[in-house]
Amino acid sequence: MINFLILPILIPFLTGILLIFFAKNVSLSRWIAGISSFITIIVSALLVQKVRVDGIQTLDVSNWQAPFGITLVSDMLSALLVLTTSIILFTCVIYSFKTISKEQERFYYYSAMNFLAVGVIGAFTTGDIFNLFVFFEVLLMSSYVLLVHGGSKIQLRESLKYILVNVISSALFVITVAYLYSVVGTLNMAHISVRLSEIGESGIVTVIAVLFLIVFGLKGAIFPLYFWMPGSYYAPPAPILALFGALLTKVGVYSIMRTYTLFFLNDKDFTHQLLGILAIITVIVGVIGAIAYSNIKKIVIYNIIVAVGVILFGVAVMTPESLTGSVSYLIHDMIIKAALFLLIGIIIAITGTSDLRKISGLIKRYPGLGWTFFIAALALAGIPPLSGFIGKLLIVQEGFKEEHYWGAGIVLMSSLLVLFSIMKIFINGFWGTPQAYKDEEAVPVRKLLVAPVILVIISVLYGAGSEFVLPYISQAAETLSNPSIYIEAVLKE
Amino acid sequence: MAFVIGILFMSATYLMLSKSLLRIIVGTGLLSHGAHLLILTMGGLKRGTVPLLDEKASAYTDPIPQALILTAIVISFGVTAFFLVLAYRSYQELGTDNMERLRGTEGND
Repeated sequence: MINFLILPILIPFLTGILLIFFAKNVSLSRWIAGISSFITIIVSALLVQKVRVDGIQTLDVSNWQAPFGITLVSDMLSALLVLTTSIILFTCVIYSFKTISKEQERFYYYSAMNFLAVGVIGAFTTGDIFNLFVFFEVLLMSSYVLLVHGGSKIQLRESLKYILVNVISSALFVITVAYLYSVVGTLNMAHISVRLSEIGESGIVTVIAVLFLIVFGLKGAIFPLYFWMPGSYYAPPAPILALFGALLTKVGVYSIMRTYTLFFLNDKDFTHQLLGILAIITVIVGVIGAIAYSNIKKIVIYNIIVAVGVILFGVAVMTPESLTGSVSYLIHDMIIKAALFLLIGIIIAITGTSDLRKISGLIKRYPGLGWTFFIAALALAGIPPLSGFIGKLLIVQEGFKEEHYWGAGIVLMSSLLVLFSIMKIFINGFWGTPQAYKDEEAVPVRKLLVAPVILVIISVLYGAGSEFVLPYISQAAETLSNPSIYIEAVLKE
Repeated sequence: MAFVIGILFMSATYLMLSKSLLRIIVGTGLLSHGAHLLILTMGGLKRGTVPLLDEKASAYTDPIPQALILTAIVISFGVTAFFLVLAYRSYQELGTDNMERLRGTEGND
């Protein structure tokens, strides 16, 4: 089927619309949301296989030729990210069944979740820079709704700041697209890439590259632009936090990867060095935050920042292997961050607090939760049989090979401190003398554990089966390191 | 045009750095005006007739920036409406519109 790559966008979109009509019937909308997100997983897995066999899939929407209409492009990177997104959507949906109150579910909760997925998957699949902006707005608008959903005081307060930051970054995105349009006169990404390579090295292109870095850096929380994130991500409940932490910043990271491997290749000395420096400072800032707090939510939030820095360092090094490492680490990080936020949600539900000093001895009563958390923590740090290892190995190895000793060394050190920050939760929270907590009998721990356990199993398989996964990922990295494959697939020269 | 847009951006930045929430929202309005005018300007302000094929003129103005602006306008309209309602809600709930007083992390576990 030629329209196959639009299905992962279309299914959540139609589900979102359908759920508007059935919002008041909670059990029906749960069924619809669960089943449709499961179908999305199957469809995107088939899409990955199709890209593996037949190469890059492109779809010129309504048959307009490539640079003139909107083209949807699914190369291996976007297909893999779409698959990861749909898995995370599914687990967050089933986790929501038991954590979000009925009252909240009645107010279009699942619709907003599906529209968020539409935005994320669309942003991964589009081949048009302005369409990317539109999909960004789709996902941001749904994220505003989800962030404030429920309307507690802290959510209102943090939503104000989150919306303000994103309104500004969206305006900057529009401005940047306007500048780019005035330079190249086209909006199709492949065509932009061709025109930019014809222009060659030019001051204005470098300025636009830095503007894109600012725009996507605001979405993706890199060093001087991460300030909004710890506060905003502190506010929403666990399943929404897992969706945000796993997906939203990664869309910014993906966009940086796409633009810096496709567009801005003529003045690498400046642009990619800047990216590398910012990435390393991002790692340092994230690590400092992760060690400093004794609040379990904050620790994991700062770990998102660390991971963003590590991935972007791999992009800045720009060798085929380091890009393979970045892609591998990106997918690993999406899965494991979702799993960690869901696990932390269970801990907070049991104990009623996110302050680490008030929690202890959980492993006596909840061994399943404890060991799942332990495996997730080891995977986050990148212990060899688990999923975080191979990506970081490739990034660090290539960093040393390309003589970025400081950067690679800091990435290596950061693993240690990440492990420390997350083990702090394990040791203080799970070991020690057991305490009794208020209302803990009401928490259905076993049912809640299903979603994070699925994610942790996927993460373990992803690490143990890297032999099997690596061909897919190197195919993704091949398109990144050699943009002519992408351009030929879209423009069909 | 560039000067006018620059002044719009300047006022928007100034307003968004102020304490009162409504001033900030007015600032975002000015910022999106500036961005939309910038798309129009960057698309080129050469002489030409309106992009309607009935006109049968030799030169038309570039239709793409106009479509982009129209898209951006409705998006920023939606976001601004949401932002305004949110500001109203938080005024009801939190009892202040002073951004300085909307700080801290208490009240969330």
